Amino acid sequence: MSEIITITSGKGGVGKTTAIASLGIALASRGQKVVCVDGDIGLRNLDVIMGLENRIVYDIVDVVEGRCRLRQAMIRDKRLPGLFLIPAAQTRDKMAVSPSDMMRLGDELRHEVDWVLIDSPAGIERGFKNAIAPADRVLVLTNPEISAVRDADRVIGILEAEEKGTPSLILNRVNPGMVKRQEMLSPDDVLDLLAIDLIGVVPEDQSVLIAANRGAPIALDKESRAGQAFHNIAARLMGEDIPFMDLEEKGGLWSRISKFAGRN
Amino acid sequence: MNQKNNLIQIKGLRDGLLMTLGAGEWGELQELLFAQIDARSAFFRGAKLALDVGYQALRVAEISKLRDGLSEREVSLWAVVSESPKTVQTAQLLGLATRISKQRPTEKERPLVAGDDESALWLVRTLRSGTRIEHPGHVVVMGDVNPGAEIVAEGNVLIWGRLRGSVYVGAALRTEASQSSGAFVCALTMNPIRLQIASEIANPVKGKTSKKPQKVSFKNGKFHFEDWQGK
Repeated sequence: MSEIITITSGKGGVGKTTAIASLGIALASRGQKVVCVDGDIGLRNLDVIMGLENRIVYDIVDVVEGRCRLRQAMIRDKRLPGLFLIPAAQTRDKMAVSPSDMMRLGDELRHEVDWVLIDSPAGIERGFKNAIAPADRVLVLTNPEISAVRDADRVIGILEAEEKGTPSLILNRVNPGMVKRQEMLSPDDVLDLLAIDLIGVVPEDQSVLIAANRGAPIALDKESRAGQAFHNIAARLMGEDIPFMDLEEKGGLWSRISKFAGRN
Repeated sequence: MNQKNNLIQIKGLRDGLLMTLGAGEWGELQELLFAQIDARSAFFRGAKLALDVGYQALRVAEISKLRDGLSEREVSLWAVVSESPKTVQTAQLLGLATRISKQRPTEKERPLVAGDDESALWLVRTLRSGTRIEHPGHVVVMGDVNPGAEIVAEGNVLIWGRLRGSVYVGAALRTEASQSSGAFVCALTMNPIRLQIASEIANPVKGKTSKKPQKVSFKNGKFHFEDWQGK
């Protein structure tokens, strides 16, 4: 039973691509067969974040236009068995693919893997429509910023109108210190407005950027809190009941141990 | 009107085409519409289309299928006009206009709304950013109105939830509004981005945020904020 999941946000730069790469790694490291599909045709990034940019021969448009077979466009990530990438075309635009093309592609991919993760471009136009067309489930990702939350709200409204069901929420780049000082929206504030189910809270973590620049998504680093958060989301996608991370703790190993010891 | 082609009438508007559909089974009408467009594809290519569907009650899936079918034929659907509140609501959900600038030939003078209890629009959901609800009567929302959502009603608006978006009531009463309108807005939490009653804009509303349910009306040249409670 494979599942097609699309991550979208409305606003750009909130971390969709990073989240796709990390979720792909987290699911694959649990023994799942996963393909990450870059839906951002013309502005492809997922290949860079995953560190696979040198291995692209065919891309999604080649598949759709029949210049190669599906498997030829699936780049295997050598770090983990069962992790693949279908890159976007860089020299075309969103109109090169239609929502029905994406649905056909999704149905074909169901036979190949357990999870299809689709990275949606920012916006609510054609690229977004393409990305959500084949999805069984949509995850809306947002930052605790008013502008990002409002865009997320808009996107949720569109998803509901298109009868895609109510999406789940990933809240990315939460800075617990700033939340505590009331300088940032808290997860509760965001949920209060969006009124959908939360599936993950990812703390702000500088190592995410470093990891992305190295082409080694943060989920490969199990020490990092952000990486751990993505592993938790993957576990929840697989139906496990994982409690949400305690944002109060500062992230040092020692505080984590003492907290653990203190609670039990 | 028995002839099939008569079921669809095409008219040129200032900003595109208006197609009026007669009564009939929706699937057939849609087929007929596509067939007509295909037969004269050069004429229709790139057209902006408004569709008057009469009393057809259309679901989201039907309108979005229609829109996709039209866009495959390079026709862009920008408005769906209908007598059915269900269809109007669906079209608004999909971000389509539901009124066109030209008066519809069949349209009768609408009765003034205040007191017209038949025309309330009942919405049980959260109105999210980007949603625009326009209704020629009262509007009742069971849910929140989020920032970026808009309600334009000719009657009153009752919100059983938090109002954080924009509301414009008494929209039909632009003239001599201040005395006669009596239009009001109620919400459990009153914190609108913008609130307009007839031609008057409440400003600033932010300071008026209250924990209690509130009712806002405009009387004698002033906004009145009062607790919303049963009489």
